[in-house]
Amino acid sequence: MSLDRRQFLQLAALGGGAVFASSLAGAARAAGMSADYDDFYFVQLSDTHWGFNGPAVNPDAQGTLPKAIEAVNALPTQPDFIVFTGDLTHTTDNPVERRKRLTDFKQVVSKLKVQDVRFMPGEHDAALDHGKAFSEFFGPTHYTFAHKGVNFIVVDNVSDPAARIGDEQLGWFGGELAKLPKDAPIVVFTHRPLFDLAPQWDWATRDGARAVELLMPYSNVTVFYGHIHQENHRNTGHIAHHSAKSLMFPLPAPMSQPKREPLPWDPQNPYRGLGFREVEAEDRGKTFPITELGVKA
Amino acid sequence: MMRATRRSFLLTTAAAGIAAGTGALGLAAAQPHVIRIVAKRFVFTPQQVKLKRGEPVVFELTTQDVFMGMNIPDFGVRSDIVPGKTMKLAFTPDKAGTFTFLCDVFCGDGHESMSGTLVVA
Repeated sequence: MSLDRRQFLQLAALGGGAVFASSLAGAARAAGMSADYDDFYFVQLSDTHWGFNGPAVNPDAQGTLPKAIEAVNALPTQPDFIVFTGDLTHTTDNPVERRKRLTDFKQVVSKLKVQDVRFMPGEHDAALDHGKAFSEFFGPTHYTFAHKGVNFIVVDNVSDPAARIGDEQLGWFGGELAKLPKDAPIVVFTHRPLFDLAPQWDWATRDGARAVELLMPYSNVTVFYGHIHQENHRNTGHIAHHSAKSLMFPLPAPMSQPKREPLPWDPQNPYRGLGFREVEAEDRGKTFPITELGVKA
Repeated sequence: MMRATRRSFLLTTAAAGIAAGTGALGLAAAQPHVIRIVAKRFVFTPQQVKLKRGEPVVFELTTQDVFMGMNIPDFGVRSDIVPGKTMKLAFTPDKAGTFTFLCDVFCGDGHESMSGTLVVA
């Protein structure tokens, strides 16, 4: 009998009682299971908002991302790659300051042990200059890559300040999809939700429905995004959409209060609502179990 | 083939005139309520707008600084707000309640708080 990494983690958790999931990360391969193990996992970090200053919501604005990086580096087996789903920096009108924040951010994340790191912009990085500064540091704002048979597509829905993917990029997106068989494992990384999660709070992509329509003929599609600073799981048809926590401040549940204000820092539970996640790629990239991990002081 | 007499022609013309007059009166009665809204980073003025359910309204939108947008998701309408222009956003609120309108074009730090409320009675 062979176990995949997920099954191993479940068994280990049962045997170990209340074992914190993060301590199990990568344990399968660390335990020498690689002979029967052909799945992989990646780590998603999001909404780091480097440069944000607001002690009421995060008095450790300079320390939270470094703590998350330490936690990722401490995982027993390192992920195959790491992805940042946008809002790497907090917005600024000043192009010089924007580049300084991107420089500092790049320096901080260079401490990750895993050097296969994928970036995409959020509106805070890109909307005021249509992605110009971001591209200087990290290259194209939309692109594809493949990993162990899974097709990853990064969609930019933020460089247009009106939150549109746009006809040109949608044409490119459709062309990339057309290269794939209908049952190919496909993962989309993007910043904003592609569906109308809460347009009253600007939690939407104006032409996101067109992207979802292009994805609908494909049977194995999963979307990971950021923007809303919390875990959220929704489906549009058979397509699963998973948003990630922030590493700067949490936001309230969609439409749970009149205003979309950051949740205040809780001194009794510092870093509450902040974190990152491990994502398993199982069943040859057709299922993606998620383990949420927190930030610790 | 039927030929129209002068009498029937006059009657028809009069009837058309009455219909047109009634239509004009009807249009006059349904003149939309015009409300001016000014956008400026990162606030709309006024921030609260009171409307009557079923009464057509036209928002006249201007911006004092950068390109913005006004979106009212609950009524499925939006408009760009272009510097130097007065943009018109017309709709008829068909339900009562309190609804959010927001800027949907990212305009800087503070964009996320740029919203207001419609109160429809």
